[in-house]
Amino acid sequence: MLLLSIALTSIVGTIIPQNQNPADYYRAYGDFLYRLFNILGIFDMYHSWWFQFMLVLLTMNIIVCSIDRLSATWKIVFAKNPSFNLSRFRNLSQKETFSGNQPPNELKKSYEPFISRHFGYTKVEETEKGFCIFAEKWRWTRLGVYTVHLSVILLLLGGLIGSIFGFRGYVNIPEGEAVNSIRTMPSGKIQPLGFEIKCNSFNVSFYDNGAPKEYRSNLTILEKGHPVYKKDIIVNDPLRYKGYSIFQSSYGKMPATATPEKKTAVQKPSGKITLDFVSQQSGKSYRIQTVVGKPVEIPEGLGKFMVVAYKKKAEFVGQNIGEAYEGILTPQGGKPVEVLLPLRFPSFDRMRKGKVVISVVNQTTERSNPGSPAGVRYYTGLQVTKDPGVLLVYTGFIVMILGCFITFFMSHQRVCIEIIKGKTKSKVIVTGTANKNKMGMQQKVKRLSDQLADLTPGS
Amino acid sequence: MTSSILLSITTFIYGAAAVFYLAHWIFKKELLGKLGTWTALIGVAGNIGGIILRWVESYQMGIGHAPLSNMYESLVFFSGTLVIIYLIIERKTRNSIIGGFATPIAFLAMAYASMSPNISDRIEPLIPALKSNWLIAHVITCFLGYSAFAIAFGISIMYLAKQKDVQGTSNMLSRFPKAMVLDELNHQMIMFGFLFLSIGIITGSVWANSAWGSYWSWDPKETWSLITWFIYATLLHARMMRGWYGKRIAYLSIFGFMAVLFTYFGVNLLPGLHSYGSF
Ligand code: HEM
Repeated sequence: MLLLSIALTSIVGTIIPQNQNPADYYRAYGDFLYRLFNILGIFDMYHSWWFQFMLVLLTMNIIVCSIDRLSATWKIVFAKNPSFNLSRFRNLSQKETFSGNQPPNELKKSYEPFISRHFGYTKVEETEKGFCIFAEKWRWTRLGVYTVHLSVILLLLGGLIGSIFGFRGYVNIPEGEAVNSIRTMPSGKIQPLGFEIKCNSFNVSFYDNGAPKEYRSNLTILEKGHPVYKKDIIVNDPLRYKGYSIFQSSYGKMPATATPEKKTAVQKPSGKITLDFVSQQSGKSYRIQTVVGKPVEIPEGLGKFMVVAYKKKAEFVGQNIGEAYEGILTPQGGKPVEVLLPLRFPSFDRMRKGKVVISVVNQTTERSNPGSPAGVRYYTGLQVTKDPGVLLVYTGFIVMILGCFITFFMSHQRVCIEIIKGKTKSKVIVTGTANKNKMGMQQKVKRLSDQLADLTPGS
Repeated sequence: MTSSILLSITTFIYGAAAVFYLAHWIFKKELLGKLGTWTALIGVAGNIGGIILRWVESYQMGIGHAPLSNMYESLVFFSGTLVIIYLIIERKTRNSIIGGFATPIAFLAMAYASMSPNISDRIEPLIPALKSNWLIAHVITCFLGYSAFAIAFGISIMYLAKQKDVQGTSNMLSRFPKAMVLDELNHQMIMFGFLFLSIGIITGSVWANSAWGSYWSWDPKETWSLITWFIYATLLHARMMRGWYGKRIAYLSIFGFMAVLFTYFGVNLLPGLHSYGSF
């Protein structure tokens, strides 16, 4: 089935990291595989033509199937006079039977209002042996499936609109300055905004253990130089203006006169790196000097560690955490793991909860030094997005939840209460069907039968 | 008493409940089943108490947040919901044999949370990205879904065991609920789980949109939750359209739960956003 094949191919994308540096891919996969993967678009497979094609195929399939079946369902749902087939109810194997003291006519009089209170539609018919009360409810829930499918289509459509008309860009704004355009990713084009964003101030705070606590930018929106809107943004609380959303994304420090750098630069570090390795088991600390690319053996059999790169602006969960080394730790007999060592946060690696905690010694540069020269100020890194598809996607979300609920937990229920005239007593037979959850329906029929029996005392 | 100690005790109570339920199944003593139920109830009380205590402790530490922010806390929540859902089923079906296949999962999850060296039970302050009510909604709904799938998994195993013994000769299996009832329960649990997994993915997506500015970015955890969702959607379609039931649904349900486990534990082995922290 198509659903499963999409699931299977999606797996590939989780195994091969997406949208990385081409050089890294080349090193990892070799010449042949690299070219093959590149042609197939596997390094960005969720945006490749064949993956998108599968999504389109899926959409077509849902639309075609649904329309195909919808016409039949439509007729059932919107029938003027729901038709009841007495013999079908008589043929049901599960019946609830009890006897009533009154004649069928009396019973009918007391049952009918009760039934019509609980069901949307009731109809009474005379039969050769007495009366028959038909009732039904929730006929429309047969459309639940189509609601779910509609929501899937809304999601895909919203995604499509977003990818065609939306964009995402980044901009760094020094405190006190304003910008009127952003650089979109991944194309790198300059996108004018039609208004200005001014960063009044930026603040960052940390917990005692070095983990970041809050990034806060105080922004003002300017239209033709006049402030029109002011807001503090933090992660999880973006500013929304004219269809644009402005998110807190990164930050940095800069000398008062310089302009902020636009791109993350990967630089060769200068010279030796001193690392501290603290064994969590023994609590002992080992100081070892190394350079990029030179593996070191960690004492106590804790494995090998190699610094592989220096980043001027490393990212952790989307946040700029400043200068950092990237390394690979290979525990003895274990899988290699990537380790990030930000210079500003020596206890950062404790978060990894490994057997050894690694930190960089004495590399704090002038930037992260609190006693740095005067005139250093922050800039805030903002992400600005415009996605006209979001509204459609969120509508799809709500429709999907409602649709699933209707489809799973509500059903079109029909009951038939047949009252048969006997010699002294009347016989009442209660039967019912539902288009889903038949076992649950049996219990409902039983309960209904008990309730009806209680309505006519003495029976 | 600290929440960690209370939750460790809860782990053992769940272990005891699992033993009682299994003994009830093997030795056919009604009393053991009752004991299992009461032990499980005490376990739930401890579990809920532990969660509340942990919440209070986080406020006393000055970093107050709902205890749903890391692997440890989510596993604790998972065990609690699993046992609660199970107890509801027990009440409805009046059969406590399923307990022998549901409570051990809760026990294992709690034991793994408390004992694994990779999981810290310390209360950590929240990094900025995790400070969101959407995250809380996300964790709660996802784990409600996962608990339902876990129970469906246990029921599927029971179903397959029952199927192997068509004549009903084995008296170990004779007190299982009827195969048809198991099949129906399996289906109900999967529908319940699917609804909550859907809401879980949706709330996660809304959270991502407020934190990183994108409601879907194909990171491995997201992709795997989508894969899981597709597997269960396939199961539902197979049942509703092809009329599959019984064994094939049970196998699909087990397969789906493997995907759940991978989404939760395995994804940390893959490269990506979620892989550094525990979430
Ligand atoms: C992942 C999202 C979903 C996709 C991509 C999807 C896709 C499809 C497709 C392609 C068909 C037609 C197949 C055929 O006729 O051969 C179909 C039918 C159907 N789907 Fe879905 N579906 C999705 C979600 C759901 C959900 C959540 C339900 C919930 C119960 C559902 C219930 C049904 C049913 C009952 C049919 C048969 C239609 C009928 O009898 O009128 N689908 N689906």
